[in-house]
Amino acid sequence: MLFYGPPGTGKTSTILALAKQLYGPELLKSRVLELNASDERGISIVREKVKDFARQQLSNPPTGEYRKRWPCPPFKIIVLDEADSMTQDAQSALRRTMETYSRITRFCLVCNYVTRIIDPLASRCSKFRFKSLDRGNAGRRLEEIAQAEGVKLGEGATEALVRTSEGDLRKAITFLQSAARLVGAETMAKGGKKGKGDADDDAMDVDEPELLGEVDVKTVEEIAGVVPAATINTLLAAMQPGKRAVYEPVAAAVAEMVADGWSATQVLGQLYEKILFDDTVPDRQKNKIVMVFSEADKRLVDGADEHLAVLDLALRVAGVLGEG
Amino acid sequence: MALLVDKHRPRTLETLSYHHDLSSRLKSLAQSGDFPHLLVYGPSGAGKKTRIVATLKELYGPGVEKIKIDSRVFQTTSNRKLEFNIVASVYHLEITPSDVGNYDRVVVQDLLKEVAQTQQVDLGAKQRFKVVVINEADQLTRDAQAALRRTMEKYSPNLRLILLANSTSNIIAPIRSRTLLVRVAAPSEPEICAVLKKVGVKEGWKEVPALNQKIAKESGRNLRRALLMYEAVHAQNETVTDRTPIPPPDWEALIEQIAREIIAEHTPAKILEVRAKLYDLLTHCIPATTILKTLTFKLVPHIDDALRADVIKWSAFYEHRVRMGNKVIFHLEAFVAKFMRICESYAMGIDF
Repeated sequence: MLFYGPPGTGKTSTILALAKQLYGPELLKSRVLELNASDERGISIVREKVKDFARQQLSNPPTGEYRKRWPCPPFKIIVLDEADSMTQDAQSALRRTMETYSRITRFCLVCNYVTRIIDPLASRCSKFRFKSLDRGNAGRRLEEIAQAEGVKLGEGATEALVRTSEGDLRKAITFLQSAARLVGAETMAKGGKKGKGDADDDAMDVDEPELLGEVDVKTVEEIAGVVPAATINTLLAAMQPGKRAVYEPVAAAVAEMVADGWSATQVLGQLYEKILFDDTVPDRQKNKIVMVFSEADKRLVDGADEHLAVLDLALRVAGVLGEG
Repeated sequence: MALLVDKHRPRTLETLSYHHDLSSRLKSLAQSGDFPHLLVYGPSGAGKKTRIVATLKELYGPGVEKIKIDSRVFQTTSNRKLEFNIVASVYHLEITPSDVGNYDRVVVQDLLKEVAQTQQVDLGAKQRFKVVVINEADQLTRDAQAALRRTMEKYSPNLRLILLANSTSNIIAPIRSRTLLVRVAAPSEPEICAVLKKVGVKEGWKEVPALNQKIAKESGRNLRRALLMYEAVHAQNETVTDRTPIPPPDWEALIEQIAREIIAEHTPAKILEVRAKLYDLLTHCIPATTILKTLTFKLVPHIDDALRADVIKWSAFYEHRVRMGNKVIFHLEAFVAKFMRICESYAMGIDF
């Protein structure tokens, strides 16, 4: 099997749950081998550890009652988590192993990018694509968790969480937890200034982005690392053509942003969305702007200096906007 | 004598002098007993480290201040031995995996697992988990970051990670989704002034508000640099007044000089002269990125507005090249040449 999909869509959870259901608690240890990127996974490990495990005879399942509860199929499972971080060599060493022992061992590869798995391996697996979660499902799950943890969610709160996490459920849950923590703390600090219970306050905090409150928007955005709309708007305003000197205001806005520690990737993403969905910008300009964005993104990924990269991006976009 | 920066570093969350919201939040996180993995990011000199040390103290009490330095030897897959320094207390470890360059993955895997698989030894400890602080997390290689992912989840009862980074751009998404992001913004100029004033009072120095403001402005919202400058000014002058000049670092003065020369004359001969200066800077271990960035920001105010966008564009371009390539002098010189060409073609009114 080959599971692939974006982070936080439940790939690892699925396979682990499957393994548990197949073997039950007693056999799990002897029948399942889980290797992930935190384990050493060079070619030697694939040759030795994986092969040894694959070669082992099946352990005898307990009889009677146990068999009825857990199916215990006659094969072992090797889970290779985060398989896309395995080297090419290690992957090709797997090929033969997979075939030879297929009678008693099944492999499950879990990865984010199916393109990083070499073709010979991919063709030996049945593929399962994990789509990023749609809003309804993720929202429902979040509500369930909130309920189980005794956190009350307000109107629109889940939606805000789902939106900021972009379909990554784990991220959403982390946000939820952090928000609960932080707000729980803040209520303590304020000494019930708002006159509301802890849980209630939490819900308020989370749905604040919709309402645009005063302090709490900051909290949520802080958690998600989202740059406040005001900051982005300042930059955008500075980039608008018309006045002759574009450089000064843009440079000032960018310097401010860098000093405040906003992550350049985040700025990039938000700016991109703002400009792309701005109907007043003609399509031809958008084409050029997207080019600029892609180049800037590449630079950031390569570890270029953020200040220069963002400044360059802003100025070039301003230049394009000024053309039309 | 300790430097002012170290001498007056706040030790507890209460004594931190700015970002009070953040401090109180960290405090409540530490007290809640349910401490998440943290990813602390912000520009340098904003007080990330100070905050983390204070948070650790809040978590474990004064025990964390008893620090010892361990030297460990790791063996890579190719049997190379790596020496690696760890700063540790009973409760926490502090590592800078980027010290070992490409082999950081080995360190992350071996060390973290070892830490994670043992429980807290001290029964009297306040928390069940140990904390590992990873400095310069944005310098970690992709492999090392990938290795962190599962470790973070699997061993979360025994281990909490605090990652320190200058920006989140280089942190892979899976890590970001597993941590609570904490942004530490650089202090604003009034905040720096306030700190300088406080330090000045403690040291018994005469207070000169105008000078403090000048330092705050010069420091580029970097508190550490501001404090160092403050100390330098006071060390060099017996009495300080409003007009005491702030000595810029040598390398900045040199870059300033280069900038002036480049603007004044656009000839190949000049490039050769500049090259000598650039080499001088490089041999003094000034990072190429810093040189390029400082040079750009020194050049930009002196040129026509129409050219600025172009200069920034090429500066960003060559900066990227510096990162990707391995012989930095080429790219620095290329930038200088490019700059001259832009200026010249603008002055002559022709595009060539």
